[in-house]
Amino acid sequence: MNNYSGETLSWEIIDGCIELALHREPCNEIGSKTLEELERFVSALGEMEREAHALIIYSRMKAGFCAGADLRELYFGASGMGFANAEPLVRDFLNRIHTVMNAIDASPLTTIAAVHGVTFGGGFELALTCDLIFADKMARFCFPELRLGLIPGFGGIPRLRRDLGNAVVRDILLTGRSINATKAQNVGLVSQLAGENESLRVARFTAAQIGKFDRRTSAEAKRFLKPIPYRELQEEIDIFCRLFTEPAVEAGLRKFVESTDALPYLP
Amino acid sequence: MKTIEQVTDEILTLASTHFKVERDRLSPTDDFFKSLGIDSLQALELLTRLENHFNVELPDYEVQGVSDFQTLAERIQSRL
Repeated sequence: MNNYSGETLSWEIIDGCIELALHREPCNEIGSKTLEELERFVSALGEMEREAHALIIYSRMKAGFCAGADLRELYFGASGMGFANAEPLVRDFLNRIHTVMNAIDASPLTTIAAVHGVTFGGGFELALTCDLIFADKMARFCFPELRLGLIPGFGGIPRLRRDLGNAVVRDILLTGRSINATKAQNVGLVSQLAGENESLRVARFTAAQIGKFDRRTSAEAKRFLKPIPYRELQEEIDIFCRLFTEPAVEAGLRKFVESTDALPYLP
Repeated sequence: MKTIEQVTDEILTLASTHFKVERDRLSPTDDFFKSLGIDSLQALELLTRLENHFNVELPDYEVQGVSDFQTLAERIQSRL
């Protein structure tokens, strides 16, 4: 399926590049519908890989690339059955989203996350599955999970640790602060900085350049350079599930859900 | 080193330009959420614009609870 137009995302192949657009209001929160459509995407990916050399993931939402997991859906799902009993629900969601993230991570295509604005939590983790992150100068990156009594659950810590020094990972994770695109480039997270609203255009230029290379060689180089930390990813799921039944999480999520603020997990 | 007045003035000018509020209508003691009519998402945008303008890093928890331009200017000046 080379073209798809869904509720939360769409994709098409343009000049040998798969463009996956996220477009769920307000900022591409990843809930069950997005997960379902991401699963549909990775199911189609294998076939599309024969016709493409690159993949660009970007957002059509003004607020940013992706604000992370749909915490409202998570809260109401878990509170419906009681947080103490919600571990299987959470584990199932995490197993499914990890399968998606791992498939994107392992794709033989050269993959680019073209980000702008809010790139938080699960959105940051989605960007980290890509080989390259191009950010417009208004992008911000953050792992706010500790504010909810959790750790990132979509593969963020192992992938960030794969790419960056541990001191930087600790800074981002343990302070919960957001960093801007310039800082992210300085620490080696962002490959290229773009002007405001220009990250997709910059990514397309690079995808065209990638198209000049032998695809098999690019895929071999990627496989050699970018091992997937499966053991740590599984460990992250286990830690997340263990933490999820702690009272702090229910309290943190309730506070989030009851807030009328646009981004209530920000200070 | 810029004075606190200079920093405040630059913040007001930048905020005026990007959030389309007349510069004369903004004063240092204003609550910027109210005077600019912005929410936390746009406050994050303001933070990014200020970091880019002054070439500083301003952790978001450091501006927690700050809602007036003057105090924001003090936080930025301490990073210059």
